[in-house]
Amino acid sequence: MNPTATSIERSGTTVKIDASGVYYRDLNTVLREVVTGDVERIDLVNICGQRYIGTDLGREVEINIHGTPGNDLGAFMDGPRINVYGNAQDGCGNTMNEGEIVIHGHAGDITGFSMRGGKIFIRDNVGYRVGIHMKQYLSKVPSLVIGGTAQDFLGEYMAGGILVVLGLNLRAGETHKANFIGTGMHAGVMYIRGSVERHQLGKEVGIVELNAQDRENLDLLVAEFANHFGYDAKEILAGDFIKLLPLSLRPYGRLYAY
Amino acid sequence: MKDTANHYNPYGDDKVIAACSIFGMMDTSGRRFSGVDITKAIANMHDRGNGLGGGFGVYGIYPEHADHYALHIMYEDKLTQRDVEDFLRDNFHVAFAEEVPTRRAAAIKSPPIVWRYFVYPNSRRPADRSNDDYVVELVMKINTGFRDACVFSSGRNMGVFKGVGYPEEISEYFRLEEYEGYLWTAHGRFPTNSKGWWGGAHPFSILDWTVVHNGEISSYGINRRFLEMFGYICTMHTDTEVVAYAVDLLLRRHGLPIEAAAKVMAPPLWSHIDRLPDNEQALYKSLRQVYSSLLLNGPFTIIVAHEGEMIGLTDRIRLRPLTAGVKGDVLYLSSEESAIRLICPDLDKTWTPMGGEPIIGRLKTNKEGKAVTIEECAVA
Repeated sequence: MNPTATSIERSGTTVKIDASGVYYRDLNTVLREVVTGDVERIDLVNICGQRYIGTDLGREVEINIHGTPGNDLGAFMDGPRINVYGNAQDGCGNTMNEGEIVIHGHAGDITGFSMRGGKIFIRDNVGYRVGIHMKQYLSKVPSLVIGGTAQDFLGEYMAGGILVVLGLNLRAGETHKANFIGTGMHAGVMYIRGSVERHQLGKEVGIVELNAQDRENLDLLVAEFANHFGYDAKEILAGDFIKLLPLSLRPYGRLYAY
Repeated sequence: MKDTANHYNPYGDDKVIAACSIFGMMDTSGRRFSGVDITKAIANMHDRGNGLGGGFGVYGIYPEHADHYALHIMYEDKLTQRDVEDFLRDNFHVAFAEEVPTRRAAAIKSPPIVWRYFVYPNSRRPADRSNDDYVVELVMKINTGFRDACVFSSGRNMGVFKGVGYPEEISEYFRLEEYEGYLWTAHGRFPTNSKGWWGGAHPFSILDWTVVHNGEISSYGINRRFLEMFGYICTMHTDTEVVAYAVDLLLRRHGLPIEAAAKVMAPPLWSHIDRLPDNEQALYKSLRQVYSSLLLNGPFTIIVAHEGEMIGLTDRIRLRPLTAGVKGDVLYLSSEESAIRLICPDLDKTWTPMGGEPIIGRLKTNKEGKAVTIEECAVA
């Protein structure tokens, strides 16, 4: 694979990179090189399937992506703030540690996979197994907010963090379609706006009432969500939310204990 | 043994990020187009494969021989070719035969000899056998009876082109920019449990059925034994082969609608069936009982195609990706959305289908002359 010639324009603290036909390794190498000195913003245009964008940059920087980024967008990311003006593919935010990803569209399967810090906001729907094995420790509490609805195994094996589904594109009276929500969940919390039937939930979660702390969590996250995508936070917060909590910290502790 | 590590892992990484790539595009108005776009699209997912298999299925390419079965056959040597051609002349009218045109492509190493034959059953076909059944039987005879020959395409007005290499290399080698069809499927392979060889590349095909697949059919053994009872003999050493024969059995021979066949291969879970209305429960229970041996276990996304129809399907808990897109009359199916966007940036809509729910594109005028649109079939 030959390194691809990349067109880079600098103006002040902004760098614009045309990524058409650029191989993902070369693009990420270029990103590592340009994120130095006083660069505050990187505009990526003609992105089409390049993987791992935003990984290994290790500091705060704004990255605006025009096009469709490839799998594992923001994997292991530690600091940058990514805006995607389009849709994201699978594995977005894989194990990210710090920073923010804002998707002005939909995202694929396993979004927020093993996320351990930072925030992800998705305007529309997400795929399967979103939020799988999110975790948290002390002050590191990852948040994932989905404007539309999710597919099956939402929050599977969740071990921490806050997962919010707003159901903004559901019609009146329509329930979320996801099944096996929270299967294997053993820590963290999930808030779902709009209705789900009991049989759609995994065996390991229960529905509980929201308390003052939950309302505070939601107020903050929904305000940010509304701000990103031009919604009215009050209107969203006026809807009915349910809260899902794990029933056990070790749901499979006795699985192999005979 | 030849060390292929440098070929598929030039960076010497300890982890290879590959998975298979699949892509399908169909113009439901019947307009034919070349292989240029699908080659670009599948090449955009280069890293999902490892160069040990690439291939294409294309429909509507042989209108001048539309009534004849187009047999694409690969041979290891001229001697085998002579024997197989004698066998073809004994059992078929051979209307036309030629070597499949290729060009020198640096990446394609030691290719087999590949010929195509436009044939029709002759008087040897028993009266109680349909033309299609006769062709299936003789394809099986060639694939099991001649050591160094492999029939890898046997439908009418369609063809499979495949081999060892990345799909874009296979496309270059077989000059696919020179063909036109209304429906194309493509595959980039990352073999997991079997070796990379020319016959083992996707699509797998029988008659005009083709299948490209990303995943692993762990029920292969059960599926294969069931299919053997109906005369299908697996010779390609790869799990996906059973899917091609399963769709031929279910859709052509048993006459199931595709919606039902999808529920045979990816049946609803029992817990889901329990919540359905009585008549649907009865249907899904019968399908699970009658065809339990055709349930495809393990992770899969497949694109099945045949004359006038393209179907995308994942396993019921979607352990492999599939994105669908629509632009006007064209339906796209892909492992990754970016591959679709590369050749069609302004899609009308894209979505990820639910596991086990088929996405179906049909020619707007189907066999019954009934108008069908993508929008009706492809419900998100």
